[in-house]
Amino acid sequence: MASDRIFGLFTLITAVAYIAAATQIQTNFFSGEFLPKLFPLLIGGVAALCSLTIMFRPDPDPEWPASRTWVSMGIAVVVLAVYAVLLTPLGFIAPTIFAAGILSYQISNRAGVSALAGVGLSLGLFVLFKFALGLGNIVAYRIPTPEKLWNAISILIPFVGH
Amino acid sequence: MDILANLAIGFGVALSPYTLFLAVCGCFLGTIIGALPGLGPSNGVAILIPITFTLGLDATSALVLMTSVYYGAMYGGRISSILLNIPGDEPALMTTLDGYPMAKQGRAGDALVLSGVASFVGAFLATIGLMLLAPTLARVAFLFGPAEYFALYLLAFCTLGGMASNNQAKAALAACIGLGIAMIGVDSSSGLPRMTGGSLHLYDGVDFLVAIVGLFAIAELFFFIESHGKGSSIGVILDKVKIPWKEIFSTRWTMLRASGVGFIAGILPGAGASLGSFLAYMTEKSIAGEKGGFGTGVAKGVVAPEAGNNAAAGGALVPMLTLGVPGSGTTAVLLALLMTLNITPGPTLFTERPEVVWGLIASLLIANVVLLLMNVPMVKIFVRVLTVPAWILLPGVTMVSFVGIYSLTGSYFDLLMMVGFGILGYFLRKLDVPTVPVILGILLGGNMEDALRRAMTLSDGDVTYLFSSPISIGLWVAAIAGFVAPMFLRSILKKPQAVTD
Repeated sequence: MASDRIFGLFTLITAVAYIAAATQIQTNFFSGEFLPKLFPLLIGGVAALCSLTIMFRPDPDPEWPASRTWVSMGIAVVVLAVYAVLLTPLGFIAPTIFAAGILSYQISNRAGVSALAGVGLSLGLFVLFKFALGLGNIVAYRIPTPEKLWNAISILIPFVGH
Repeated sequence: MDILANLAIGFGVALSPYTLFLAVCGCFLGTIIGALPGLGPSNGVAILIPITFTLGLDATSALVLMTSVYYGAMYGGRISSILLNIPGDEPALMTTLDGYPMAKQGRAGDALVLSGVASFVGAFLATIGLMLLAPTLARVAFLFGPAEYFALYLLAFCTLGGMASNNQAKAALAACIGLGIAMIGVDSSSGLPRMTGGSLHLYDGVDFLVAIVGLFAIAELFFFIESHGKGSSIGVILDKVKIPWKEIFSTRWTMLRASGVGFIAGILPGAGASLGSFLAYMTEKSIAGEKGGFGTGVAKGVVAPEAGNNAAAGGALVPMLTLGVPGSGTTAVLLALLMTLNITPGPTLFTERPEVVWGLIASLLIANVVLLLMNVPMVKIFVRVLTVPAWILLPGVTMVSFVGIYSLTGSYFDLLMMVGFGILGYFLRKLDVPTVPVILGILLGGNMEDALRRAMTLSDGDVTYLFSSPISIGLWVAAIAGFVAPMFLRSILKKPQAVTD
């Protein structure tokens, strides 16, 4: 019940914001005054209606995970985000060992096998992508300058990155 | 004999040693992907699209490879359904109902072979149906103007939302999320950005591959972290595999009927394979009656959903190829593949690129035969795949997804967006909001808006133009019926729940 109400409220606010943004869409002579706004406005309207329906006729709550699991899923998100920005400055192998290892640990809860899984996956996938499939922009490793590393990490920090 | 001549073109394209090799590879890979618990046809095909694209295969080869993976995953899905009682995706759920009890009785081998043969019959008949029906429908599609196309897209969203989900409002909301995301980017008619919030990264819009891989593959990772990989151990041991000729013969009518039902369900835009296997199972159950023993592990209960499921997969290609409207989650992913390869599905595809269409159809037939040959004797090899532990599988899938998207664009922004879609997908699925309409919305949003805009321009802003032709009125009626009717049918047609130990 409560989850659906919160979800409905959240999507309702998003839908209203979307409608507000749609009225502000810039137009010019070629597009006409109204046509670029029409479809976004329709979508926002339907979404708002659906949100109201979800709020007033909620389904039973799903089973949410325990707080410990939330923490490990949060860590997984951070790991994936860091992996995403480090893939370019550090190359493939090192970030992949780190990311695959941690993700593996979060599923298995065993440190030893996870470390092995990380190393194995990293090297195995690198060979597969680079030599079997020949994907061009996968680089084994790069040694970045501290400045480049900071630039990459700072992407993830709000208001600092670019 | 137009069809035979066309088919000859198709086989001419698809029978080269290289494409045959690709078909075999695709079938093998697809069966493995389908068999892995937690990976189904949609996410399997989704992860592979970016990689196929970067490999630089030409359109026909890429299509052959991906359709083989697609069909292979449909075949492979039954392995985890039968042995582990874990359906790889929604349509495979029906196979667990009789397949798992049958496996527990020590007849796992029989169940696997029977379902393999049923998959073959269903997919084979559906491919023939596709050959007969698609060119005709392509001719009808020439009558479609913008008003009709708008109604057709609406129909796809309505039937998808109506039949494939438990809550209409949530399904419609999911479609709106997808359509809303599709609006992001530079508007084609004015050249001005819309909904970008000033971010330069968003001027190109949101790539549907990023969304698909995020929603399907990355979200799966979160589910596995939540469950700590439980439920991925082997449930039933497979000992000997024999071919149960007698049962194959005695279920022949079931296979034929289920294929027919599945094919028709597959053609409905937006309804897809889940509906196909569901209807096929329910039809056979009611024909067999109480004495049929459905749900206790009978051969017909294994055969019907598998034939229906695979026939629906073929049927879903009909609206996808002729109208550009996919009939299921996986065909939506295949549509994404076509769009990546710069092939626009639609009636003109049949006249302008016959080699692509008929090459595709021929490769479906080839893939089917390869799969039957591969799946019956080699089923033990695929069963071994099930023992891959989740703590290797899921990180591996995640890394492959990252590399796939990274090799497409090389941009960290897309990767971060993919993670964002993964989080979105987790919450949507937790809250029972279907994710397939989101994908469909992102894929079709641009076309749907174009159709609406063109209709409005043609009619000078007259809304009644949208309902001005018999075809569009019919589509609107079907759309509304498809959305509303399941609300009332839900109490009558209850989905059978999965068997629990």
